[in-house]
Amino acid sequence: MRKLALPDEILLSIQQPARYIGGEVNMCVKDPKDVDIRFAMCFPDVYEIGMSHLGIQILYDMFNRREDTYCERVYSPWNDLDHVMRDQGIPLFALESQDPIKAFDFLGITLQYEMSYTNVLQILDLSQIPLHARDRREEDPIVIGGGPCAYNPEPLAEFFDLFYIGEGETVYDRLLDLYKENKQKGHGRREFLLQAAGIPGIYVPAFYDVTYNADGTIGSFRPNHPAAKETITKELMVSMDDFEYIEKPLVPFIKVTQDRVVLEIQRGCIRGCRFCQAGNVYRPLRERSLDDLKHYADRLLKTTGHEEISLSSLSSSDYTQLEGLVTYLIDEFQGKGVNISLPSLRIDAFSLDVMSKIQDVKKSSLTFAPEAGSQRLRDVINKGLTEDVILSGAAKAFRGGWNRVKLYFMLGLPTEQQEDMEGIALLSEKIAESYYDTVPKEQRHGKVQIVASSSFFVPKPFTPFQWARMCTREEFLERAYLVKDKFRQMKHAKSLKYNWHEADLSVLEGVLARGDRKLSAVIEAAYKNGALFDSWGECFHNEYWMKAFEDCGIDPDFYTVRERSLDETFPWDFIDAGVSKEFLKREWKQALCGTVTPNCRQRCSGCGAKSFGGGVCYEDKN
Amino acid sequence: MKIRIKFTKQGPMKFIGHLDMMRYFQKVMRRAQVDIRYSEGFSPHQIMSFASPLGVGLTSKGEYMDIEVLSTENSKTMVERMNQAMVEGTRVLSYRHLDDSSKNAMSIVAAADYTMIFRENYRPQDMEAFFKEFMKFQAQPQILIAKETKKGQRELDLKPLLYKVERREQSVFLQVSTGSRDNVKPELVMEAFARYLGQDYLPFAMEIEREEVYADLGEEGSRRLIPLEDLGQDIE
Repeated sequence: MRKLALPDEILLSIQQPARYIGGEVNMCVKDPKDVDIRFAMCFPDVYEIGMSHLGIQILYDMFNRREDTYCERVYSPWNDLDHVMRDQGIPLFALESQDPIKAFDFLGITLQYEMSYTNVLQILDLSQIPLHARDRREEDPIVIGGGPCAYNPEPLAEFFDLFYIGEGETVYDRLLDLYKENKQKGHGRREFLLQAAGIPGIYVPAFYDVTYNADGTIGSFRPNHPAAKETITKELMVSMDDFEYIEKPLVPFIKVTQDRVVLEIQRGCIRGCRFCQAGNVYRPLRERSLDDLKHYADRLLKTTGHEEISLSSLSSSDYTQLEGLVTYLIDEFQGKGVNISLPSLRIDAFSLDVMSKIQDVKKSSLTFAPEAGSQRLRDVINKGLTEDVILSGAAKAFRGGWNRVKLYFMLGLPTEQQEDMEGIALLSEKIAESYYDTVPKEQRHGKVQIVASSSFFVPKPFTPFQWARMCTREEFLERAYLVKDKFRQMKHAKSLKYNWHEADLSVLEGVLARGDRKLSAVIEAAYKNGALFDSWGECFHNEYWMKAFEDCGIDPDFYTVRERSLDETFPWDFIDAGVSKEFLKREWKQALCGTVTPNCRQRCSGCGAKSFGGGVCYEDKN
Repeated sequence: MKIRIKFTKQGPMKFIGHLDMMRYFQKVMRRAQVDIRYSEGFSPHQIMSFASPLGVGLTSKGEYMDIEVLSTENSKTMVERMNQAMVEGTRVLSYRHLDDSSKNAMSIVAAADYTMIFRENYRPQDMEAFFKEFMKFQAQPQILIAKETKKGQRELDLKPLLYKVERREQSVFLQVSTGSRDNVKPELVMEAFARYLGQDYLPFAMEIEREEVYADLGEEGSRRLIPLEDLGQDIE
């Protein structure tokens, strides 16, 4: 029987001990003595969140196919265990072998959202690995960062030995081979980092120097070693079908956020929404073939025993074989106790027909993401959803028996005016009205319920809005109150509900998203003040962060409300994410004129991603 | 067709709570392709019920669940198939057919066996003295405890619910009343013992293992405990 790192007394005194024991179905078991490389893969949040992440499952599967490598997992211990480990000096351990992380060769940390940055420090701290890369000794693991936030790694530059920019499937093998070779030759950490710096997509922050202008913006950003590349080009799988999908995903014992088979049908997006980082950095769109997906669906349901399968992509309706895939899933699995869930579908006749087959109409709700309240502003953000489409989709759905609608909006988008904000309430009202117009009284199941939510807009690197000024906390809240007021004036106010996100958190996210190296000190100070699990409302303490900014002499407004000029050097400009800065500038100008850019299948807009040589850019357009 | 399954829960699996064990077995059924029956409706669920929930922290050599299947292979094959779909720490021991008229395990549970052994760092210096005291404690004519119920506290006499108390080498063996009416958890007995000694109860002092779960086939006033699996027949 496996021996656990924590004694029973601790495990029986904390919440959800199953977070820390490993041993799940499909866990990879190897003898650490038989491998050359021990890799700890970390999602810096609690187990239930980390285990729901598809990317980690893909990399776990990929690394463990190598005989010379044992990849294990580690997540953030929740606050209760965190305290115990600190008090008793227990080092953080991996779930599989239960061995301390500090004994590993690599610690890979995925960076999925900015508000997990203090948890990155918790992981290092509890692992007893020096927080700063420059303080690490030969025996410490090499700490690698990856994931979407690695597209602007600078706020975390001090804490990582290297970053992997782009999709993990492509050059990790080269990196691991290099490490093994280096180790066999008896070479040390620095030699490895120097050689790693030569691998495409790998960024070693120690080999770059930054100078700043008097106003705090970046003066220069240059390699300080000949081994370091001027530009880091993101890595990408040119053809999705070239890479075998996961065979046996891990199946947790406890209920996690994503407790189902997740089938990635495509990567990238053709839509070009101007606020969306994923839609830009994952270009070009690449589909998986229908045959492969059918095969994977069968296999994954068999190997996991999950009772639900979900499709994953940024915009599933754009998958060209969607109808074939969905029909297959329904024919094969419905009636065998398997639920099918289809997020990110456009509401149209096809999707309504499918949804009425796979879910209980009375219990489910329709989701629209207009993102902005007026057509003018939807054109600014290039969200190709019109009021007509929403209203006709809703009317069709109401006729089909639905009476609950969820609407997602953003507040604080560039050029936003009062009419745009009020439009959120007006659009919600029109949808409610359409219910009462469409469905005769005797066929109604109670009132229509419309829930509109606003998040606050956070400008992200590698989007046309990377130049945009972000609102202050007060501006955000004023806008939310204005919308709330408008909702109160609506005739169907009783059928409408409006809520909005936490403003402080959005502001902080905005600081970190477009931050530079100077923020490493702030993140460390906030962590030392006690900031942890910042993305969890009940754990978030804005004062820890405000004190950190003050103590470090850094003004958060510099990163958020400042106007950026078109020729400013951004901290992430040394990365080539596929979309060129020229394209983004063009899009920013188009946005300000309210001009819509057609999607990739309508017309190529020359974003730069075609240079990767695959995907939608080469699709036969006739 | 009704099937009764006996399984073990060992090692780190003791940290998996009852509801998660149910979820775990639902997925085992699918991986092992057991032709289990589903309920009707929009969200069908497997027809499956557990005999008696085991507390987090306890291991077991004899857990039970009942399922209904539409078709089945023989017992040996099914045991093997399920075991191939399970993780370390859980093993199916038997897979037996029940008469259609059989009551489900949950409704007939009457008693369970437990063994308890001290964890290394909690073991009393003088084990003889411990057992001497413990035997004196259980031999009292009445063992009154306050039991928490939904309606508040009520006083309960443990004595008639302790069917067997024995020393087995360095461990304590208990056979106690179990089920929906008078459910005695072994921890409750040890807590009462600590109070009897005038000491603080140490919840982690002992490792507890459930050995077997029984139904009572005795007539009025007498007790005839039969392991739940003995009510079913192997499928050849």
